[in-house]
Amino acid sequence: MLAYIVRRLFLMLVTLFGISVIIFVLLRIVPGNIVDILFDAAGYVDPADKANLEKELGLSDPIVVQYLKWIGGLLHGDLGYSYVSEKSALQEILPRIPITAKLAGLALLFSASIGIPLGVLSAVHQGTRLDYALRVVSLSGLSLPSFWLGLLILMASVSMLGWMPIFNPNPQTWAEAFAIYCIPAMAVGFRSAALTMRITRSSMLEILRQDYIRTARAKGASESSVNYHHALKNAVLPVITVIGIEAAFLIGGLIVTETVFNIPGVARFLVEALRWRDYPIVQNLVMLIAVVVVVVNFAVDMLYAAIDPRIRYGD
Amino acid sequence: MRSVRALAVAALCWLSAYDVSLAEGPKSGGILRLYHRDSPGSASIHEGASYSFNVPFMPVFNNLVIFNQHVAQNSVDTIVPELAESWAWSDDKKRLTFKLRKDVKWHDGKPFTSADVKCTFDLLMGKSQQKFRQNPRKSWYNQVNDVAVNGDYEASFNLKRPQPALLSLLASGYTPIYPCHVSPAEMRTKPIGTGPFKFVEFKANESIKLTKNPDYFKKDLPYLDGIEFTIVTNRSTAILGFVSGKFDMTFPTEVSIPLLKDVKSQAPNAICVVEPSNVSTNIIINSSAPPFDNLDIRRALALALDRKAFISILFEGQADIGGTMQPAPAGLWAMPKEMLETIPGYGPDINANREQARKLMQKAGYGPDKHLQIKVSTRNIPIYRDPAIILIDQLKTIYIDAELDVVDTAQWFPKVARKDYSLGLNLTGNAVDEPDQSFYENYSCESERNYTNYCNREIEKLFDQQSVETDTEKRKKLVWEIDKKLQEDVARPIILHSRTGTCWQPYVKNVTVMSNSSYNGYRYEDVWMDK
Repeated sequence: MLAYIVRRLFLMLVTLFGISVIIFVLLRIVPGNIVDILFDAAGYVDPADKANLEKELGLSDPIVVQYLKWIGGLLHGDLGYSYVSEKSALQEILPRIPITAKLAGLALLFSASIGIPLGVLSAVHQGTRLDYALRVVSLSGLSLPSFWLGLLILMASVSMLGWMPIFNPNPQTWAEAFAIYCIPAMAVGFRSAALTMRITRSSMLEILRQDYIRTARAKGASESSVNYHHALKNAVLPVITVIGIEAAFLIGGLIVTETVFNIPGVARFLVEALRWRDYPIVQNLVMLIAVVVVVVNFAVDMLYAAIDPRIRYGD
Repeated sequence: MRSVRALAVAALCWLSAYDVSLAEGPKSGGILRLYHRDSPGSASIHEGASYSFNVPFMPVFNNLVIFNQHVAQNSVDTIVPELAESWAWSDDKKRLTFKLRKDVKWHDGKPFTSADVKCTFDLLMGKSQQKFRQNPRKSWYNQVNDVAVNGDYEASFNLKRPQPALLSLLASGYTPIYPCHVSPAEMRTKPIGTGPFKFVEFKANESIKLTKNPDYFKKDLPYLDGIEFTIVTNRSTAILGFVSGKFDMTFPTEVSIPLLKDVKSQAPNAICVVEPSNVSTNIIINSSAPPFDNLDIRRALALALDRKAFISILFEGQADIGGTMQPAPAGLWAMPKEMLETIPGYGPDINANREQARKLMQKAGYGPDKHLQIKVSTRNIPIYRDPAIILIDQLKTIYIDAELDVVDTAQWFPKVARKDYSLGLNLTGNAVDEPDQSFYENYSCESERNYTNYCNREIEKLFDQQSVETDTEKRKKLVWEIDKKLQEDVARPIILHSRTGTCWQPYVKNVTVMSNSSYNGYRYEDVWMDK
């Protein structure tokens, strides 16, 4: 087990190194840099001014030197500074992390707490009206884009309540605090809830047809014991895998949701930084996301063993 | 008796129309909440080239002089003193002297003096040790030799030649005075001004906060305790925020005509005004390469435009047709309609214009069996992309098959500078309704912002001639002549001049939206809220 963990940690480092190189090179392959954008906004280019600014920002250094400077800084906890705001990148990124983490956490919680029970219900009542209704709900969750759903929620709350749940750093009431996080989390988590529901359903249906389930029933186990103790425990493995993958994909949904609900989180900030070609912000944010994804995947792998004792690592 | 009755009725009407809250006088207090359409690159107005900088940061500063904030049409007659107490031209009109106020302090408590005026303009003219990261309006001061100070409270602009327009340029929202003792880098992140509001914080992509300057040199002003801008990049969210009452005011001149209908239907009490913004939608032509190096094809292009169709589709009829200078009545320098209609392509008979265009195309070797294939390049932003699509459709009528080439913002200017385009759909905003700003910036042979490299030395002479002319009526005629020639030369065909909306809640008082510039009306020192 220990050897497996060490191997996985080593692989994680190699993956992160690879990602760092890819991000760095890709960013510089994309045409235009911050200087182009600044001068585009001004409407003209004085080549001397442009060259001076490129030098000041370190963009005229060879790409390898730029990469080594970045990685060297990263290892010392220096993330560089934002070209746009001229503040330290850490200062810009840190306050945004808890906002997005809360939103992502709530979205995943919503996805699991809605998706798994409804998936089980749908499987247990296969072919009934309830099953059909739940399948319609899951299909709509998969087909409704989160930006559209978000706008719909905003419009409904404005026209019905005369109020809209957009971000406020200092909510006045408990209800407002709940709304500014939970409503966007539901908008972004609806899709993953639908996916989780479908995976849970199909996994449950497969398990419910296994011999050991029949044996459990033959031995007189109650339906709830069969469904939740015997079947769900075994059906949940693929669901955890999907939730792990969804956690990684969530960032895409969050970009849109953070924009629609005007939440100053990491995802929207990443898009803005990309628009400005603010390399230090983009590089460090993508690395942060990569670390989260790699760690979540690792945690999911570890969870397998905890949930299913038959799984052993390093054998 | 009848006249007495009429007088009584008039008085009654006046009384009922008179805003009772105004009779009570302005109230102090409250935070004005607006949304901001995007996150400005920095807090330094001098380094910005978008009114995204002016709206939130103009309240932090003062100019030497400023356009009266409650007269919608900016003109030299509406310029009032601000940091200056008075100004005077020398007899030869080559020196403009300002007497400065003595009771002004910077937000950090240091006194404002003439040295700050000199520092600001030395920076703008590139004569200072310190440099701006970018200096987009350096060319505004091409005729200024130097700024001289005489004691702490007098500053003079010495000009190479008379330039009456200088005063208007100094009155723009783009011309605040910066402190000597704060570096340009600090001004980008923590600006220090003398204005009615002090800078509190700017969180990129999140918010900008200003608070009342209690030591403001104008007694009892500002009325507001502060101004807060929430950066909302999604337009639908922003408008819903205004409708739900989360914001007291929309971002100025940002509500499009179709959206204005939504606002009025969902918030019927909101006060909305539609004004021209002195922004033209135009076509940039690469005349240095085929096929548009051929004057006939350029003329055919100008003749093919159905400007009314653009206006009806994009602005539901609420935009204006004109030349380079903003159309009347809001524009001060527009040529008369009769003169405009004599320019090829501006005549009312579109079919006749296009027939003429087709003949020119045939002369150039194109026709029904041989269409000209081109790309129309533009930025990937709806206000650029939408007119480009209409343009492509209209070009089909004169044997031109065009393809839309949308360009990322980061690549737009480098592409134009490389001349890597045939036709481009462009928007040009004018900070001041003033021929010097428009002509020199966009059409002068040496101007960096003359994207098309259009260069006509004869017209250049006329630019200088109108620039030194001190008789306004004579100058106007020269301006009309120049504008007509520019359109006839197809230098940068102007499609339309847009109008846009601004809305605010009924309790917001004393807001005036400028009608011939969207860059100059945001001091907000006497805006107040009846709440």
